[in-house]
Amino acid sequence: MPTKIEKDAITGTDTTGHEWDGLKELNTPLPTWWLYTFYACCVFALVWVVLYPAIPVQGWTGITGWTARGAINGEMETARARTEPMLARLRSATPEQIAANPELRAYAIAGGRAVFANNCAACHGAGGQGARGGYPSLADDEWIWGGDLGAIHRTITHGIRNHDSDEARVSMMPRFGVDGVLTRAQITDVAEQVLALGNRSTDAAMAARGAPLYAENCASCHGERGEGNTDVGAPNLSDRVWLHASDRAGIAAYIANPQMGVMPAFAQRLDPALVNMLAVYVHSLGGGR
Amino acid sequence: MASRDITYVEGPIKAFAIATMFWGVVGFLVGVVIASQLAWPLLNLDLEWTTFGRLRPVHTSAVIFAFGGNALLCTSLYIVQRTCRARLFGGDDMGWFLFWGYQFVIVTAALGYVLGVTQGKEYAEPEWYVDLWLTVVWVFYLIAFGGTLIRREEPHIYVANWFFLAFIITVAMLHIVNNLALPVGDGSGKSYGLAAGVQDAMIQWWYGHNAVGFFLTAGFLGMMYYFIPKQAERPVYSYRLSIVHFWALIFLYIWAGPHHLHYTALPDWAQTLGMVFSIMLWMPSWGGMINGVMTLSGAWDKLRTNPGLRFSVTAVGFYGMSTFEGPVMSIKAVNALSHYTDWTIGHVHSGAMGWVGFITFGALYWLFPVLWGKRSLYSERLVAWHFWIATLGIVLYITAMWVSGIMQGLMWRAYDEMGFLQYSFIETVAAMHPYYVIRFLGGVLYLSGALIMAYNLWKTVTAAPVLEPARVSPGAIAQAAE
Repeated sequence: MPTKIEKDAITGTDTTGHEWDGLKELNTPLPTWWLYTFYACCVFALVWVVLYPAIPVQGWTGITGWTARGAINGEMETARARTEPMLARLRSATPEQIAANPELRAYAIAGGRAVFANNCAACHGAGGQGARGGYPSLADDEWIWGGDLGAIHRTITHGIRNHDSDEARVSMMPRFGVDGVLTRAQITDVAEQVLALGNRSTDAAMAARGAPLYAENCASCHGERGEGNTDVGAPNLSDRVWLHASDRAGIAAYIANPQMGVMPAFAQRLDPALVNMLAVYVHSLGGGR
Repeated sequence: MASRDITYVEGPIKAFAIATMFWGVVGFLVGVVIASQLAWPLLNLDLEWTTFGRLRPVHTSAVIFAFGGNALLCTSLYIVQRTCRARLFGGDDMGWFLFWGYQFVIVTAALGYVLGVTQGKEYAEPEWYVDLWLTVVWVFYLIAFGGTLIRREEPHIYVANWFFLAFIITVAMLHIVNNLALPVGDGSGKSYGLAAGVQDAMIQWWYGHNAVGFFLTAGFLGMMYYFIPKQAERPVYSYRLSIVHFWALIFLYIWAGPHHLHYTALPDWAQTLGMVFSIMLWMPSWGGMINGVMTLSGAWDKLRTNPGLRFSVTAVGFYGMSTFEGPVMSIKAVNALSHYTDWTIGHVHSGAMGWVGFITFGALYWLFPVLWGKRSLYSERLVAWHFWIATLGIVLYITAMWVSGIMQGLMWRAYDEMGFLQYSFIETVAAMHPYYVIRFLGGVLYLSGALIMAYNLWKTVTAAPVLEPARVSPGAIAQAAE
């Protein structure tokens, strides 16, 4: 097709003289602002490449000497220098001493909250409210392994039923159903008796059948009146706080096949100062003894 | 000048146009489903096949490869024939092979996702058996497109075809390199990639970024370069700009991938280069926007009378916005805030819904009457409704994601006065909930618009008045014009 340059009536610009399926093109020059902005971006790129690491040569970091690793190490160093004096004091104090000192206590609670959010909240909830399925609330005054500062600190330090620490808190409730210790009917009776401990039984005859079974099999850990025992991590069964289930069927299922909780030994993951802060923070959530 | 009548291949192109519409609706629908799952996790239904993790690639692949891919095949094969004045190389058989071959890729890929078969590479999830088949289809696509270019009767190659050719060749290269893998061979469909560690990550994002650059940008710019001048009935604003921005775009885009891996194990030098190439990419990207918008000079009044053009021009606006936002987000200091947040999701959606979606809607509204020989669309009023509903949907979507993303980034780095982190991760998740609901509503609007379009296009085919017989074939129109 012969090139046929025309003048566009609207813009007064020439076309390139080509045509495809009725489409033509104007021969407008490059917009100046566009071109110079493009050049400016290229100049920026060149400058940046000189300033920062941009050449794959071992040891070359650009004339600023900046490296991502250097930058993060620097920031961590600054943060450490800022927090270390306080952490050192928190490390050498006991949780009780921290709780008694207003300055340390305020710092421990603020820091404990952050540490809790990143380490504990996944199971115990953002506010320590716990969750159904065996994650105890830390915000009430019901404690399975003890709720004074020392007991909380020990639980955090060594954890529960883990393989990490030899001093982890350990106890084992028998599997009364799975291992055939009690029959299905007996387990239901015991569950009714457990309800009776909190005055919630609706079937007196059933609870009466369960009472001797309870005394024989459960009372040694959970107490005669279901008051619990924090030495062996046996929860109180006479109140309205339940870890797994609160109805007869759920309690019976748990007696038949207990699902006991596990908690890591946080001393192996966290600075001792942070464990102290956590203990003070958890103690402050509402139910510390 | 050749006076012989060329019979263009049209059957497969009509099929591609219908498939574009169909997969668009499917892709948007799955998007709405997964957006609702993020707002209300219960909707995962506790079934492995319907969890977010499996449906998310169904959404992304349906929109990018099924909706976008069919749109690109449809328009590129339509445009290359007419701007070359040559019948498609390989004829109808080639066209139908490409059509069914490509739909087979889509269906096998989606089935794999739902059943849990995936490579785990974003936008390259299909396993080796789908990859191999796609390679075959793609090579035939290149042969058909290139063969038509070679047989052209025009002395020059139209700008749209440069972009389409760059898209086809580069996507072939990206697809093959990123999917080099060794099948396990136990019938599970599983394979192991050839590269490992940070090399694998770099190859993946070299692929991922250029899937955006060549599939969703270069290919759709080819579409823009045909349909905007057609709809505006004006010459392209600047030939010189088209040539400079084409080569600059093609050269620069391919290096920008490392900006997806800022502050990772990727060496610093590669991160710096990824950032500066992204910044240099800003103006070359905007060259396409300038050429699209300025082509309307002298024809702005057509926006009032041609709602299809309204889509195309708004698409170019969104294109300009997201190709500015991209370089900004590639700056490391900005990326430190934006990375891994919803801001990224908002960014891709302003590109996908605003640019890719709208330019495709504009093309479909132009193509349907032409391909089916109709005097006009069934209803221009419905096009206007589609336009405003979809635009509102996009605005809701991207503003919700901006707010949510920036909030998320700020919450992650918030410290209290003693130097402790202010928020736990779950608190940031809880804070995002209202924005997830707004995003879901935006998606519902966008999907509703697409359903209106599907109805309108369907009625155009079945009920709109036919052109007078002499002008039925668009091929004949082109001939008559000469």
